[in-house]
Amino acid sequence: MTQANQRLTLRNVVIGWGCALLLLLLPVLVFKSQYLLYLSSLTCIYMIVACGLNIILGYAGQISLAQAGFLGIGAYVCALLGPALSFWVALPLAGLICFVVGLGLGFPSLRVKTHFLAMVTLGFTVIVYLILVNEEKWTGGPFGVFNIPRPKIGHLSFSSPANYHIIVALVTFILLLLAFWGLNSQWGRAFKAIRENEGRAEMLGVSLRNYKLMAFAIGSAFAGIGGALIAPLFGYIDPTMFALGFSFQFLLMVVVGGAGRFEGPVLGAMIFALLPEALRVTEKFFPVIFALAAILIMVFMPKGSVSAVDWAYKKLTGKEEPHLTK
Amino acid sequence: MRALEVESLRKNFGGFAALRGVDLHVDEGELFGLIGPNGSGKTTFFNCVTGILKCSAGKVAFKGREITNSGPDAICRMGIGRTFQLIELFPGMTVLENMLLALQERQGRMLGRLFRIREEANERQALELLEFLRIAHVQDELARDLSYGEQKLLDFGMVMMSKPDLILLDEPTCGVEIEMRQEMMHHIKELNKQGTTIIVIEHNMDVVMNLCTRIVVLDTGEKIAEGSPREIQNNQKVIDAYFGAEE
Repeated sequence: MTQANQRLTLRNVVIGWGCALLLLLLPVLVFKSQYLLYLSSLTCIYMIVACGLNIILGYAGQISLAQAGFLGIGAYVCALLGPALSFWVALPLAGLICFVVGLGLGFPSLRVKTHFLAMVTLGFTVIVYLILVNEEKWTGGPFGVFNIPRPKIGHLSFSSPANYHIIVALVTFILLLLAFWGLNSQWGRAFKAIRENEGRAEMLGVSLRNYKLMAFAIGSAFAGIGGALIAPLFGYIDPTMFALGFSFQFLLMVVVGGAGRFEGPVLGAMIFALLPEALRVTEKFFPVIFALAAILIMVFMPKGSVSAVDWAYKKLTGKEEPHLTK
Repeated sequence: MRALEVESLRKNFGGFAALRGVDLHVDEGELFGLIGPNGSGKTTFFNCVTGILKCSAGKVAFKGREITNSGPDAICRMGIGRTFQLIELFPGMTVLENMLLALQERQGRMLGRLFRIREEANERQALELLEFLRIAHVQDELARDLSYGEQKLLDFGMVMMSKPDLILLDEPTCGVEIEMRQEMMHHIKELNKQGTTIIVIEHNMDVVMNLCTRIVVLDTGEKIAEGSPREIQNNQKVIDAYFGAEE
């Protein structure tokens, strides 16, 4: 079997990213409905958080159930500091705080693996949840934080759904581009090597400590920035929105989309943000149908739904789809 | 100058002593053999030198610098490479990616690697090596799809890729057909001629006797003999270790 390894040319990369930017901004031009614009922004945020988890899980091979916790940290940083400092300070600050906390959370990954690591990261999300619920003085406790404003630049307000989507789309574009850059650098190869054969990677000089910590830190920072974007989108946050179930949902986004493939979590995020809305007509049967759809995808496409895209590409062009990262 | 110097190396697994105070040295440019019956501690010795296992006691020095109990990644970056008895590759990565990975961590700093996307020089070097090993035609195949012999050659190529000063080969010809074995021996000799110090663990006596200029024999974790291939062949302790001593 030949690996789909046709090299991406610079021209194709530029065209591809140009199209991606257009697609991300397209809802602003096409949708008039506030609801559809809200859904588009939510999908973008899911893409950011799932892409971060893909770096940790899909590339570096470390399981993490902490994304909901980091999403919560980012959201609360933005909700609490945004009005005082400015959204434009709170957004990178949320990323930075989650980067540092993610670095700390990465240390257990040097000692424990697989389901034990899942337990540690699961514990982290529970701890964050409990802090958000119990530190009422700071977080508003179970009642959460209300009236989270959307950003402004001078007189230019981004409070309308269309304007706010422009910010979300641009941040999504920048973060996905940065991830694409990093995963196509030698770091991407080192992450993959750790996933494939940790012991051998170390024997070839790959510092497991440094790369694993960086994978955790970067993936967590992505979730933090996602959280900082989600708070003004909802306008209201409370701890239940960042409970453990959300971590499993991001895990599913990556796995159902295609772990270890750059476009996998993008596809997964779209499925998880849009499919529930499409299934609304089924009312009470929605959870059953949604779960069944996820199971069917995993049974027939064990490498994720991205393999359907590969299949379609091959049918149309007769060639293997080139992989987007190393 | 000594490439490797090991003093009183001990390795205990609980109450079992796998290495019992092994002393040996390897000079720069030497092609050195390490042999012994199964369970004599050869691979444990390699694992202690390369940092996979922590030594219980003793000292390991590479080019005069003590490396006892340093991490495997640090030891690799100092210039020691190794192959494994059971092949250890990155099965889901292509042959070319396996080769490139073997080199990248010896170049520059970690932050710099984040900005290294184009690697024409490294790719050229990898392709030259793959051609030298006659497996360039599988450069875009996944490592898991190669034949056993090709995987052995790739494993060897990955070690050569980073141009280490000292290479430890753990049974390089084990499980490969005769033709491939000859080819592997040829590659090892060529590499040694270029100045690389090599230590070979091998069960095939023809290979060891043909390749190595000096041999150390281990038995139950102890060094029982040292000398030229001819001296080792005639050493009674070695014969006893392999075939059993007469009552």
